[in-house]
Amino acid sequence: MKKSVFLGTLSAAALLAGVAGAGTLEDVKARGVLNCGSNVGLTGFGAPDANGEYQGFDVALCKAVAAAVLGDASKVKFVPLTGETRFTALASSEVDLLVRNSTWTFSRDVDLKFDVVATNYYDGQGFMVKKDLGVSSAKELDGATVCIQTGTTTELNLADFFKANNMTYTPVNVADDSEGQRQYLAGACDTYTTDASGLAASRATMPDADNHIILPEIISKEPLGPMVRHGDNVWGDVVRWTFFALIAAEEYGVNKANIEEVATTTTNPEIKRLLGTEGDLGAMLGLDKDWAKRAIAVSGNYGEIFEANIGSATPIKLARGLNALWTQGGLQYAPPFR
Amino acid sequence: MTFVSDAPKENFRLGMLIYDTRYRSLTIQVVVLVLFLLFLSWLVNNTIANLEAKDRTFDFGFLLNRAGYDINQRLVDYTNDSSHLRAGFIGLLNTLLAALVGCTIATVLGVFIGVLRLSKNWLVSRLMTVYVEVFRNVPVLLWILLAATILSETAPQPKDFRSTPEMEAAGEAPKASMLFGIIAVTNRGTVIPEPKFCLGREREACHTESLQPGSPEGGLGVIDLGIFKVSLNLLALLAVFGGSIFVNRRLVRQANATQEATGERPVIWWKSLAILTVPSMILLWVLGLHWVVPELKGFNFVGGINVAHSFTALTLALALYTAAFIAEIVRAGIQAISRGQSEAAAALGLRPGRTMNLVILPQALRVIIPPLISQYLNLTKNTSLAIAVSYMDLRGTLGGVTLNQTGKELECMLLMMGIYLTISLIISALMNMFNRAVRLKER
Repeated sequence: MKKSVFLGTLSAAALLAGVAGAGTLEDVKARGVLNCGSNVGLTGFGAPDANGEYQGFDVALCKAVAAAVLGDASKVKFVPLTGETRFTALASSEVDLLVRNSTWTFSRDVDLKFDVVATNYYDGQGFMVKKDLGVSSAKELDGATVCIQTGTTTELNLADFFKANNMTYTPVNVADDSEGQRQYLAGACDTYTTDASGLAASRATMPDADNHIILPEIISKEPLGPMVRHGDNVWGDVVRWTFFALIAAEEYGVNKANIEEVATTTTNPEIKRLLGTEGDLGAMLGLDKDWAKRAIAVSGNYGEIFEANIGSATPIKLARGLNALWTQGGLQYAPPFR
Repeated sequence: MTFVSDAPKENFRLGMLIYDTRYRSLTIQVVVLVLFLLFLSWLVNNTIANLEAKDRTFDFGFLLNRAGYDINQRLVDYTNDSSHLRAGFIGLLNTLLAALVGCTIATVLGVFIGVLRLSKNWLVSRLMTVYVEVFRNVPVLLWILLAATILSETAPQPKDFRSTPEMEAAGEAPKASMLFGIIAVTNRGTVIPEPKFCLGREREACHTESLQPGSPEGGLGVIDLGIFKVSLNLLALLAVFGGSIFVNRRLVRQANATQEATGERPVIWWKSLAILTVPSMILLWVLGLHWVVPELKGFNFVGGINVAHSFTALTLALALYTAAFIAEIVRAGIQAISRGQSEAAAALGLRPGRTMNLVILPQALRVIIPPLISQYLNLTKNTSLAIAVSYMDLRGTLGGVTLNQTGKELECMLLMMGIYLTISLIISALMNMFNRAVRLKER
């Protein structure tokens, strides 16, 4: 790991001399493939299915971007990244786009020089415990052993939370989600902490899911979103507006099933602009007219993607909550397509 | 008068740099050196250019910022308010601890197995062959993971040690009990009793207080060196024990002298034993040593020293793995000693065990030490696999969490490489000194 990170940095430094000039959008178009940084395996968000195809909430966004830019949702190469390797991979142009449950923080934005172009999931950090531990609140965890993924914001929140509540704990720093689950299930730690959505996803894959509860306390704000490199605004705009197209589609009732019909029959000028039958929004982005239509057609609008991957009908059973549209009391809001 | 004329002096021409064998090798070396330096400067220049292109700076100032994360194994004081530098230091100490313990176990095991592999007992020698072949032919990372998995999956959970009132009423014993009543082996770690001192304190009060976690060590206390604290109790113990060893050596020297002079070796083992143990024991009694036995409270055992399984698994697996290589080195070293040596020792009437200890091994050391150095270096560098079992070594703190939280890849990696290089060079230098001490003294 040490070596690969270093070599990555080094080769990135060596290779970037030539690459730095061209924009990511041109690079992706020239390459014909979108390199998307994805999770190593988090069910519902980004994990390979039985056929080895990546599926999930984050993955759907990568596919939508590929459809918008390249016209083919299958032209995505998913690069599995751990919490530790993700930022090096993005900074060194190994991936064009990082959609991997990554929290938008000040230092990642300003110091690490990444742009979080939108928030595709509003999350917060929670704790999961076994039912028979007899704990019903995170404030009762004084003296507990806590499994925590290393290289994440949750690691720092955890320290802050226990300090603020004047409690002590023993951290067990694990490299990724699967190792965290193994240690937690083996009883090597009393509680496993990560983003609440991640906990729900982990619990869904456990053989005895009913024996585990997620404690009510949410101890942090974790706005998760797609990240691109700082300074490449053209590419940032493409990703940002592809995501907003999915939100807007939900707001206007455009979904996978009715998109062709709506495109021909609609009289709403905003939907017409969105789907490219009026105006030239695509050209402004450096894409063609149908970019948003293709992006929505891949796996439907934001709501459809949510329900299909992590919604209440799936084993993960996440409620929309903060991620409902603004019209339904949530925070998901797309600026006007104009 | 005759003149012996000198050979005509040849003027230096530029072509001689290539065609004259006297200068050619020098020319080639200079050219290669220049090319190499050009490559290096290109590498550095390119890195600087790209860092600038990405608007990133290269400085180590982040090391003084607050780290903000916790580490479970701390040999010296550390909280999440400490700096990244301090966190790196904690990681370095953890690396050194794993390396030191690992090297010690590997050496002892390796020597035993190497000697036993040459045993005339068919079963023993074959068993040792199997050990060596199995351990050195499976990647060490797998051994580390196996050891960690076995420890965490087979040992009981802390709550299994608990005895509830209902269970007592039903006459049931807890599912697990402590080893000898003082050592708790859980699936998180092994909790062993911790020594505390009660010098000049009322015994009862001191006992109850020292059960509190984080209570001071007591006794002579500690002195704060700024970077870390040193236990005066430990220093006192080391001083007394060092004195005992010095006196004991004089005793042995005297015995040797008597043996040389008279041929009779005086019986001194009980005197040695007394000199080595009694002063230390008196000191510990004066300091008021008592052991804090771990106790189950809340989620975990409190009191005592928790040896996390991540440490045990890492050091054990590294030691077992490296021992296989050391065993081969020892076997090679022994087989390099001519058979005549052991025959001569047998002719003098030495028993096989003493032949090995007094004749064969000291000579074999000359062959053993140089390759042994590289095994120690390997083990030390292999400790960087620690993150696989959640052990927070240098790679886990400075090269893991700090690197990720600050995003200073280049700085952290360079610093870490520098530190590993320094550790390796120090080990190498120490072992080379030892090698000079034991090698054949030639005129």
